Amino acid sequence: MHAALTVFLKEVRENLRDRRTLINALLTGPLLAPVLFVVLINVQLHIELDKAGKPLPVPVVGAANAPNLVAALVQMGMVVKPAPRDPEAAVREQKADVVLRIPAGYAAHWRKGEPAEVELIYDSSRRDTHEDVSRLRAMVKRYAKIVGAQRLLVRGLSPALASPLVAADRDQATPQARGALIFSMLPYFFVLTAFLGGMYLAIDTTAGERERQSLEPLFANPVPRRRILLGKLAATTAFALVSLALSVVAFAVAGRFIDTSRLDMVLDLGAHFATFVLLLMLPLVLLLAALQTLVAAFAKSYREAQTYLSLLMFVPVLPSVLLIVVPVKAQLWMYAVPLLGQQLGIMQLVRGEALGAASVAACLAGTALAALLAILATMRVYASERLAISG
Amino acid sequence: MIEVQNLHKSFGAVKAVEDVSFSARDGEITGLLGPNGAGKTTTLRMLYTLMKPERGRVLVDGRDAAADPLGVRRALGVLPDARGLYKRLTARENIEYFGRLHGLDEATLRRRCDALIAALDMAAIAGRRTEGFSQGERVKTAIARALVHDPKNLILDEPTNGLDVMATRAMREFLFGLRAEGRCVLFSSHIMQEVVALCDRVVVIAHGRVVADAAPQTLREQTGAASLEDAFVQIISRSETRAA
Repeated sequence: MHAALTVFLKEVRENLRDRRTLINALLTGPLLAPVLFVVLINVQLHIELDKAGKPLPVPVVGAANAPNLVAALVQMGMVVKPAPRDPEAAVREQKADVVLRIPAGYAAHWRKGEPAEVELIYDSSRRDTHEDVSRLRAMVKRYAKIVGAQRLLVRGLSPALASPLVAADRDQATPQARGALIFSMLPYFFVLTAFLGGMYLAIDTTAGERERQSLEPLFANPVPRRRILLGKLAATTAFALVSLALSVVAFAVAGRFIDTSRLDMVLDLGAHFATFVLLLMLPLVLLLAALQTLVAAFAKSYREAQTYLSLLMFVPVLPSVLLIVVPVKAQLWMYAVPLLGQQLGIMQLVRGEALGAASVAACLAGTALAALLAILATMRVYASERLAISG
Repeated sequence: MIEVQNLHKSFGAVKAVEDVSFSARDGEITGLLGPNGAGKTTTLRMLYTLMKPERGRVLVDGRDAAADPLGVRRALGVLPDARGLYKRLTARENIEYFGRLHGLDEATLRRRCDALIAALDMAAIAGRRTEGFSQGERVKTAIARALVHDPKNLILDEPTNGLDVMATRAMREFLFGLRAEGRCVLFSSHIMQEVVALCDRVVVIAHGRVVADAAPQTLREQTGAASLEDAFVQIISRSETRAA
């Protein structure tokens, strides 16, 4: 039997007997993310959809200054709340989401036909209040438009005169693409799952083996060290792949529990999606396994390796965050960058777009090359004399 | 047959091994004796090609360790200072793993495992995971693992370390058995009685140098000491005076 295969089988057997590794690779990693995902998305859907139909409670300062305006706003769904003494402070201290202030001069301006002013007091850095603020603003605008049209009509003019130009929205986003925004963290979840799936094996097969002092007798066998390394890498990769496959399946199942019809979007996490995700991730899983082993080989103990790898875990989040903060148009070369390529490819799949052959090829080739380099670097470290010496 | 010629090895400024030469013959038990930190483990590590000597040569059955490390490792059975068993594998699985790495076919592997488990009296523990093994059980497993490919030469680093009296006696009998089979056994120890009880030849190492190489009896005669322990103390202290 080939030596690398012997090492592979032994590492797999040994780690299948380790409860901690099993729980992390095959349970927590692949299943926690989808469950979390479904819960988060459903909660978010509830909040947004509930808000739209609900009455909007707004503290109003100086409601007596504009009884007609207030009455109209109440008809549109606003509920008048007593005004706080200091509206600015109330908003800053988050006691109120948005406050409407009608100044004393409102009536005078109104009667003269000048633009009367009302103030919306809010804090734009509070994301949870955006919805309320824009709803209130829309109500005020609608009332202003109605009154403006009435004034033109009274003077015998067509209200159409006041709107010479209309921008009509023709949104070309497919129902899948609308869903994509919410799912832009999905690629990161996959990378994270693969990372966690292989992490314990990468540590156990290098730093762990060194700490238990079994590397020295192992290297006394008539097998080149690179073959031993290949067997260990294969075992790490296998665990990461199984972990990832479970995660992809779990997401496919979880996708059924997300009520996408209410979002007016389509979400397809089925067989086609799963196949392509696994394909795009394959070289990345190998790259991660090699990097993890490389890092673990520098650590003197299991614990030290765990610390290093926990830090390394934050690297894959970068492309996800980058693409959310700075949305870029995908260029072919970007697919060749490990992590970024997978992020772009998987997002395309989520959006329901067909993946071009060139993109897939670039993604696979770029990441495979990086994986090869990482493996060669790890081989060099493995060949070093001090690797085996634990005492 | 293990031949060591002018080995040198240093770690930074520390010279761990300086010009060590000796040979261990087939059908003999050779003891590498020396105080802690004398360079025994480093010397052995160069023998089983875990470390590369800066200068000097290692020959195992005539094979040069630098030119043919895999061939040398194939000809050696090694019990390192670090026993390093896999605790989630059973004793038998530990032995089998190394047998497969040596390229044994399954039939040979089964035969060798059965023979070693019988010879080392391990039948009761062979199917148990090695986690929680006593020191003696661990050493037995590691020795069986080192012998699984039936090597002609055997290197044992402190084989009786941590063993109780009964286990030590059993180990001695086992090593005599290996000698009787015509194997070359090289072991290191810092324990005098053990060397006396076991060795045909003693190589004494101190401060990284060979300070004596003879049969225990000859050593005693050379130094004129009553016991080997006295001889040992004399040799070591003489070398210290020379080193200073």
